[in-house]
Order: sequence, then structure tokens, then C-alpha cells
Amino acid sequence: MTAFLALVRRDLALASRVGGSGGLGLVFFLMVVTLIPFALGPDLNLLSRIGPAILWIAALLSTLVGLDRLFQADEEDGSLDLLRFSAAPLEVLVLAKVVAHWLVTGLPLALAAPLFGLLLAMSPEAMATSSLALLVGTPALTCLGAVGAALTATLRRGGLILAVLVLPLTVPVLIFGVAAADPSREAARPALLALVGLTLGAAVIGTFAAAAALRPAE
Amino acid sequence: MQLSLDHLACRRAGRLVFTGLTVSLGAGEALLVTGRNGAGKSTLLAAIAGLLRPAEGRITLAGTGERSRPECVHHLGHRDGLKPSLTAAENLAFAAAVLGSAGIAPGQALAKLGIGAAAGLPVGYLSAGQRRRVMLGRLLVARRPVWLLDEPTTALDREGRAVLFDLLDAHLAEGGLLVAATHAPLPIPGARELSLSPPPPAPPSPDDLP
Repeated sequence: MTAFLALVRRDLALASRVGGSGGLGLVFFLMVVTLIPFALGPDLNLLSRIGPAILWIAALLSTLVGLDRLFQADEEDGSLDLLRFSAAPLEVLVLAKVVAHWLVTGLPLALAAPLFGLLLAMSPEAMATSSLALLVGTPALTCLGAVGAALTATLRRGGLILAVLVLPLTVPVLIFGVAAADPSREAARPALLALVGLTLGAAVIGTFAAAAALRPAE
Repeated sequence: MQLSLDHLACRRAGRLVFTGLTVSLGAGEALLVTGRNGAGKSTLLAAIAGLLRPAEGRITLAGTGERSRPECVHHLGHRDGLKPSLTAAENLAFAAAVLGSAGIAPGQALAKLGIGAAAGLPVGYLSAGQRRRVMLGRLLVARRPVWLLDEPTTALDREGRAVLFDLLDAHLAEGGLLVAATHAPLPIPGARELSLSPPPPAPPSPDDLP
């Protein structure tokens, strides 16, 4: 537990200091969300109908930004070896890194989603449900991304390979996320529960798979 | 505590760097690994640390209780594992929390290594020798019985080397084990020396290629 908290605290400190990527994902999110109305043209009905989908695509893309450095930065400077020598299981430490990364990228997205919903002419109910769906769904994206980040930790230009590996796995999260975000659909509530299930499943599978990928070959 | 290497062979990039290595090291004993560049000194340390799977042979660490081998070693390699934007004290506090088995406080460790004044400075501002001292501080903030040091004197000035030798002496006196890969001689009385020489070049076969 000490190691878990120490790692979360360190990663949050690193993200908030010079050269850290704290807040960058949020800016990227804003960029994508503001670009799409320009591309679609002035059709408010269309925009409000596909608003949740835009928010989810933007959330997916901005989760990927910076994810390639999740383990790579530690691998390069040798801190990953330090984690391998820890008395705490590697799975716990991977979970700590995922939690810290989500607190910096996923949580701000979910909190800012109502604000960005205004840009997409979404109704107040849709903003609320979108925000909730993002809150429970984005951890799944980070957990799945951690597997890709662990597999590409030693690769120089791993960012693109990471995206290719991870994006297909995120399809279920996207489907249920958009369904849960749309209050006009009947299935919104079951979809939200399915999203919670996906997040819990991804948390287990993601941490174990990422730890297996990082574990020294022994 | 007993560290035994039994007919150890390690492979790097498809090439066997050493073969048939058999050494045994008891409590309070030191082993200095020498050999020319590329002889496999760092590979041997990584194998003992458990970061690398040996191609043949066994590495056993007896008398550790329930702890696994990686939980008993300090491995100071070429990459220092320090975050440039964190201060020296924060880096050491993190290492202590992750490694467990707490030793002395980070501030005390830095003072002991002669860089107490730099405790509050981000590591990115420190010189190579100062970073090396911060890294050595890890040996003090977490207590572990087996020290694997890769070129520990690199970038250290004469005073820094003296501090390092004191640390090594104290560690061995407490019954610790030390394996150091080094080009510079370390003044450790009773230390054994292992000279790694590359095996005779074998004709390359297709399976040897990575």
C-alpha cells in the first residue's frame, strides 16, 4: 500500500511539474470537440444528435495522447527496474500508474464534458448523462491502453503501434459509452451498467496483462 | 545468506557472452567482476538481479526467508532511475517507499553522502557526480542484503569514492553481499576477483541470430 500511494503521488507530482503532460489531454479534447462542428457545418439538430459520439471519440483520442509515455519514460531512465525490485507485486504498481494517469487525463475529461457539450448543442440531460458515462467509462480506456503502453515500452516510436493495438479493443467501450450517454434511448441505463462492467473487467485484465508484459523474462 | 551461481551462461543479442560461470558468495563477502568492455559484466549483474533470464545454469540465493531474489537486491546500473523534475529527497523517499525495508531517512542519507545541501534541488540541476551520490543514497534509505553495483565509482570525485568505500565496508561488516562490476580497483580487503573473458568465437549459426 505504501508503494502504491508513493507511486500515485510521484506520478501526479511529475505530471504537475515542468515537462509533465498534465492538462495537455484536456486541451487536445477541447481541440477535437471544437473542430468537428466546423467540419459538419451549421446543423444544430445533427450536432446535438451526434454530440455524445463526438465526446466519446474525442475522449478516446485524448486518452491515447501521452499514454505511450506511461511506461516508456520509466523504462528509459531506469525507474521501471526500481519497480521490478519492489516488494509490492508489479500488478499493484501498474494499477497505481493507471490510477495516476486517469486522474490526470480521464477525470478532467469527464468533469469538463458538460462544458464542452455546450459547443455541441447538447441538451442538459444529455450533458449530464455524457459526463456520467465518461466518468465510469474512461478508466476502461486507460486500463486497456496500459496494456499497449507496456507492450511498446521499449520501442522508440511506440505511439502509433500503441494506437493500432489499443483502438480495436476499445470498440465495446465506445458502443456502450455512446448508448449510455444518450438519454433519449431506452437502453441508456443498462448500457451504463454494462459500461461499469467493462471498466471493472478492463481494470483486472489490463493490470495483469500489462504487468505480465513488463515482468522480466524469468 | 549465500549467493550461488552454478554453471551460468548468459546470452545477449543471440551471442553467449560468458559460459560455465560457477561462483559462490557468502555473507560479508565481496566479488569484483572485471573484464574488458563487452565481456558481460553488466549482463551478469542483471542476471543476478533477476532482470535477465540465464541461457543455462542456475542462480540461487539461499537464506532469504520468504523474500524473492529481486526483493533482496539493490541493483545500481547505468540508468540511474532518478526523475529530473523531482528533488533529490523526493526521489529517495519514493525509492524507499517502493523498495520497502526502510533504512535511514532520505535527508540523513544525502547528508551522509555529502550532498545534504542539494536535498531540495530538482535532480535535473545536479551534476553527474551529484546524481551518482543521490543514486547511492538508495542503498541507505532501503536496507537490502545483496548489493549489485555496476561501475559504482563512475563520475565520483576522490571524496565521493572515499564515502562509497566506507559504505561498502560497513555493508560487508554487517554481513551483506557485494558484487561489483568495475574497471577501477576497489580497495576491499579479502574481495575475490572474477575476470570475465569472452568465450572463443563459435561459427555463427542461423539460430544464434536474434
